[in-house]
Amino acid sequence: MTGRIAMRVVALGYLAALLAIPVGMVFYRAFEKGVGPAWDAVTTPPAQHAFWLTLTVVGIAVPLNAIFGVLTAWLMARRQFPGKRILDGLIDLPFAVSPVVVGLALILVWGQDGWFGGALTDAGIQVIFSTPGMVLATIFVSLPFVVREVLPVLREEGVDQELAAHTLGANGWQTFWRITLPTIRWGLAYGVILTTARALGEFGAISIVSGKIAGQTETLTLFVEERFQSFDLTGAYAAAVVLALIAIVVLVLMTRLQRDEETKR
Amino acid sequence: MSPQPSSVGAGVGTDIAAGASQAPAARRVPLAKPDWSTIAAGGTVVAWLSLIVLVPIAAVVAKALGGGLDAFWSSVTNAQAIAALKLTVSVSAVVAIIDAVMGTLIAWVLVRDEFRGKKIVNALIDLPFALPTIVAGLTLLALYGPKGPVGINVAYTQAAIGLALLFVTMPFVVRAVQPVLMALDREVEEAAESLGASPLTTFRRVVLPTLRPAILAGVGLAFGRAVGEFGSIVLISGNLPYKTEVASVFVFGQIESGNVEGAAAVSVLLLVVSFVVLLAIAAFARTKGEA
Repeated sequence: MTGRIAMRVVALGYLAALLAIPVGMVFYRAFEKGVGPAWDAVTTPPAQHAFWLTLTVVGIAVPLNAIFGVLTAWLMARRQFPGKRILDGLIDLPFAVSPVVVGLALILVWGQDGWFGGALTDAGIQVIFSTPGMVLATIFVSLPFVVREVLPVLREEGVDQELAAHTLGANGWQTFWRITLPTIRWGLAYGVILTTARALGEFGAISIVSGKIAGQTETLTLFVEERFQSFDLTGAYAAAVVLALIAIVVLVLMTRLQRDEETKR
Repeated sequence: MSPQPSSVGAGVGTDIAAGASQAPAARRVPLAKPDWSTIAAGGTVVAWLSLIVLVPIAAVVAKALGGGLDAFWSSVTNAQAIAALKLTVSVSAVVAIIDAVMGTLIAWVLVRDEFRGKKIVNALIDLPFALPTIVAGLTLLALYGPKGPVGINVAYTQAAIGLALLFVTMPFVVRAVQPVLMALDREVEEAAESLGASPLTTFRRVVLPTLRPAILAGVGLAFGRAVGEFGSIVLISGNLPYKTEVASVFVFGQIESGNVEGAAAVSVLLLVVSFVVLLAIAAFARTKGEA
C-alpha cells in the first residue's frame, strides 16, 4: 500500500503548496505587525467606501441574476420552443469570455462613444466609470450560475406536483410559490452563493468599466490592487484577508448545502 | 400549472388561458406547447440576455471588423499581440496538461483514500472558485514573490503565469472526475486484478477509459478559463511585453492607451478560442451521450 500513501502525499503536498500555504501566508503578512495596523488599513474611509460599493453592486446584481436564472431555468425545463438548444449554449457564454473582453464590450456599448452610451450621456445618465456599468459587468460575469444550479433540479423533479396543484385549483402564482420554489430552494441557494462569490471577486471587467477612481468607483478587489501598487502591503494584505474570509464563509455554506441535500435524499 | 413569468401581463383571466392550453398529461414529461406564458418568459429571457451579453459581444466584433479585414489582420499580426497570444496559448496548454494529471490524482485520493481531514481537503478544492482572482495573485506573490519566506522567487517570469493559472484552474478536472470515480463499479477493477493485472495496468486499461470523457471536459474548461484569465496574473507576471504579457493583459493595455480597435481585434481572437472550446465540450458531451 505504499503506492496509496505516495499518491496521498503528492496530492496533499500539491494542494498545500498551491493553495493552503499561500493563503495562510496572506493572513500572516496581514497580521505581521499586529491586528491594529491591519484593522486600521481596512477601516480607512476609502476602504470603507470600497466595502459599501462592493455590497451595493453585489446587492443589485445577485437578485437580478437570481430572478433571471429561475425564469430561464423554468422556461428551459417546462416549455418547448424553437431555438432552445441555442439558448442553452448561450447561457454558458459568460463563462467563456475573458473579464477584460467583458469590460471592453461594455465600454463599446455603454461608453460615451458607444452604441447606447451617447444617447444616455445626453440624457445625463452615466453608465461607464459609474455604478451602473459596474453592476452590468458583475451581472455579465455571474449570469449562468443560478440557471445551471436550478435547471437540473427542475428537470429531475418533474411536473407531477405542479400538475396536482393545478388540478386542485391553484393558479400559476400559487403553484410557483408553494410548489416550484420550495422544490428548487437548495439549488437556488447554491446558485445564489456561487453568484455572490463570483460577483464579490470580480476584478478584470470592473477594473475597465469603473475607471478605478479611488473613493468613488473602487470596489474591494480594486482596492487590494491599488494598495499593492501604492506599496501599502499591509493595506493590500488586510483587504485581501477580508475577501479571503468571505470566500471561506462561502466554502462553508457550499459544503453545508451539499450535505443537507445528500441527507435529504 | 405555470408560474407567471415576472410581472408581464399577470392578470386573473390569463391564468385560465395558460391552464386551458395545457394538454392532458401524457406519459412522458409533458412540455406545454408555446402559449402566452412561454412567449412572455422567452421574450424576457432573450431580451435580458441580449442586453447584458449578446449586444456587448456583438459590439466587440463590430469594432474589430469595422475598419475592414485588413485593419483587423494588421491588429492581430502586430508582433506584440502575436507574442502575447502565443504565450497565452502555450502556458494554458501546459497548465491544462498538469491539471489533467494532478486533478485526476487528487480526485482519486479524495474518492478512494481515507485519511483524517479529508472533508476539509474536499472543501478546500473549491477555494480557487470562491477566492477573488486578485487575492489569488497576491496570495501566490506572498509565498513565491521577492520577499517570500521559501527563497523561491518566480515573480515577473512565465513560471509565475503558469503558477497563477494552476491555482485558478485547479478545481475543474477534480470536480469533473470525482463524481465519475464515485459511480465507478469496483468489481471491474477487482476482476482485472484477479486476472493478474498490476494496479497500474488496471488503472490504465480499466479505469482511465471510463474517466477520459470527464478528464477531457475538465481540461477543456480549465484551458478556456486559463486563456482569458486576468486578475490572478496581473500582479505576479510583471506584464513585460514579449516576455510575460498574456493576451488579456495586452488587451487591457491597449484599452488603457486608447487603441480600442486593436483591443477589440485581439478580443475577437480570444472569443473564438473560447467558443471553439465550448463547442468542443458540447460536441464531446453529445457523442458521449449517444454512445
